[in-house]
Amino acid sequence: MKLKTFINKFLATISLLVITLSGANAGVTNIIPFGPGGESDVTARMQQPYYKSIYNDDIVVQYKPGGGGSVGWSSLNSEKGDGSVIMGVNLPHIIMQPIAKGDKAGYKTEDVNVFSFFHYTPDAILVEASSPYNSLAELINFAKNNPGKLTFSGSGTYSANHLLTISLNQKANIKTTYVPFKGTGAAVQALLGKQVVAEAGYSTVAAKQGSKVRMLAVASESRLPAYPDVPTFKELGFDIVSGAYRGYALPKSASAATVKEWSDRIMKINSDPKFKKQMEDGAFVVVNIGHDQIDDFMKQQQAANEAIAKELGLIK
Amino acid sequence: MASLFADFLSSLSLINLGLAFSGVLAGIIIGALPGLSATMAVAILVPFTFALEPSSGLIVLGAIYTGAIFGGSWSAILINTPGTPSAVATTFDGYPLAKKGDGDLAMSISCMSSFIGGIIGVICLALFAPPLASVSLMFGPTEYFWLALLGLTLISTLSEGDNIKSLIGACIGLLMSMIGVAVVGGDVRMTWNISFLNSGIEIVSAMIGLFCIPVILDLTSMKGKHLGENETPKSLRLKESFLIMFAKKFEAVRGALIGTFVGILPGAGGSIASIVSYGEAKRTSKNKENFGKGEPEGLIASETANNATVGGGFVPTLCLGIPGTPPDAVILGALLVQGIRTGDTLFTQQSSIVYTFIFGLLLATIMMLPLGLLMGRYAYKSLLKVPKQVLIPIIIFLTIIGSYSIQNNILNVYFMFFFGLIGWVLNRSGFRASPIVLGLVLGQIAEQGFVQAYIIGSAQGSVVANYFARPISFVLVLLIITSLFFPALKKIYKKRFSK
Repeated sequence: MKLKTFINKFLATISLLVITLSGANAGVTNIIPFGPGGESDVTARMQQPYYKSIYNDDIVVQYKPGGGGSVGWSSLNSEKGDGSVIMGVNLPHIIMQPIAKGDKAGYKTEDVNVFSFFHYTPDAILVEASSPYNSLAELINFAKNNPGKLTFSGSGTYSANHLLTISLNQKANIKTTYVPFKGTGAAVQALLGKQVVAEAGYSTVAAKQGSKVRMLAVASESRLPAYPDVPTFKELGFDIVSGAYRGYALPKSASAATVKEWSDRIMKINSDPKFKKQMEDGAFVVVNIGHDQIDDFMKQQQAANEAIAKELGLIK
Repeated sequence: MASLFADFLSSLSLINLGLAFSGVLAGIIIGALPGLSATMAVAILVPFTFALEPSSGLIVLGAIYTGAIFGGSWSAILINTPGTPSAVATTFDGYPLAKKGDGDLAMSISCMSSFIGGIIGVICLALFAPPLASVSLMFGPTEYFWLALLGLTLISTLSEGDNIKSLIGACIGLLMSMIGVAVVGGDVRMTWNISFLNSGIEIVSAMIGLFCIPVILDLTSMKGKHLGENETPKSLRLKESFLIMFAKKFEAVRGALIGTFVGILPGAGGSIASIVSYGEAKRTSKNKENFGKGEPEGLIASETANNATVGGGFVPTLCLGIPGTPPDAVILGALLVQGIRTGDTLFTQQSSIVYTFIFGLLLATIMMLPLGLLMGRYAYKSLLKVPKQVLIPIIIFLTIIGSYSIQNNILNVYFMFFFGLIGWVLNRSGFRASPIVLGLVLGQIAEQGFVQAYIIGSAQGSVVANYFARPISFVLVLLIITSLFFPALKKIYKKRFSK
């Protein structure tokens, strides 16, 4: 083969690949600061077809994983602020990381220009199907009689799962052991394999695992439509409403008009009953926190997380 | 049975066959480029599958995945760089083979091995998925810890002559694996306030740097061709490869079974499968001394194992809704968007989707054999024909693109070069890259398993029992002991015997 033909072929292959990688037609870019396959990715993918049908434009999902999201968030403000780029944001991550790691987090909570949250996955306590515990009360009773012996698997340290066990310890006046795993998958594996007594996870675990697990309580405001028989923590006398909230942020340089426009777009997708049904089937809870409510919501979340951080000894 | 046959026929539809074919083709190319991993190959294609039938979408994703895992062996053989992390053990013998001028043989053997591994993995998935899934649940933190330790004992097998240097290398790797935010405890370790390091050392870019950059530097500084050439570089050496494969049929099946088993363990993945399989092959082989110098058996062990993890990894993904490997996580997400519920109901209520998919995966693996052989020959030939002054810039270009695209971050490229420099210096002083990478890959799994087992053990008030008094742990500990002391015992035995 002649050198020239080889170079030509090589360049053709590369340019083809680059076109595929860059998503071909521009559209707007949605940067997910995690790897593909997680809840942030899945819900962004669910939004794609609705966005396309309403605005006749594509949202291209890109990944910038690392540091539990911090690699993405610390680079958000260097992106273009013209509305062509948005980035996924998660709570409690963007509040807890700066509290727990200080300067090492790489960004400050107020640097992340969040404009809306569109859903959350409520925290939940789950046991394996053959477990002897049928209610949260029974589980708490076990913990009262055996301090420290109630083990919870969960995803990560200072995560929503971890914070749930701290709140429960406080409010039920019990002592439990939290075992952090890398990701929800590993935490579920430990639950199904009976390595731990229970899991501090999300409602989505119940949706994925079906009859293999039993959800004892869910940390939402009201019962989930897909799980009418599972009580909320509030009903059981523990004032816990928590979970992982997911939404989007724009770079700080974005104008007020851009912020409003994007917030309206996300809320418009939320208002589609088909989208809402799809989300609820997966045990996601749709919330409509737009740009006009975001400041109050963030303040309230900040206060709640700081209270837990004090309990953990992260803030003196 | 009748419905199974119907699923088989529907997997044979023209669109499914076409999808499987193009999926394998795209997968091989993406996998062969260093840095473009199987996970990324699958992630890029996910949006396109939403327009397809669920089972067709799954088939194309599975085909890309299996193709990419195989494609990773090409760059491992030709430029000593694992195209995907799964191919790390393929470099051990694949590259020496190519250096000797047997690159064509290596390419053919790796294709046949991947085919055998892939087929056995898929068959296990089709026949034994639910029972295998319950086996994977018996693996708790303790077992992961011992499994990682078993992988680490391979360092003693890997080290060519210089044990001390291999141990130092592995320790460097283990230390590097601790950089970043600890999963258990959340401490920020050794990051020097660089927030990029919070997520730890990114393994793929480190691997490209450690393996590939020294090769490029040597290539630039030395005279002579990149790879040796034999007299008949145009042939596929099919007959020869086939005879080797036939002679090593038991080794190939063993590699595939190890791969399937490691594949069903969520979070372990193809790199550990190929490492463990390689270690077993070397320990039991008659031509031990030849390993690392271009022994086809080592290549077979690694390539059968990593392709078998594809089928194995789908076991927990489909049965438990827990992704077996990182690409499985992406496929699981795609299933969720399609509205397919994984878990116990999938095999009963939506069995036709599952079996159509499994048949599709089988077809894709079969297509991989002729495609891989033909494309492999072409790739090898072009690499031989291309003059060095063109080849070197192309490889550098690929390493940069590859390490950038892992996280869409330029810092990965700097880190790749930084590791390349370290790798080159270490290489010059007689250290090899493989123990470092072994430490880096296995360190995290070992550490997490150890600490989690400790926490659970102390909550139950039985720390020691939690490490040893579990059936699988016990077997793993025995294996570790044999692996560590077998060579010494054998020597003593031989001495006695010869007297």
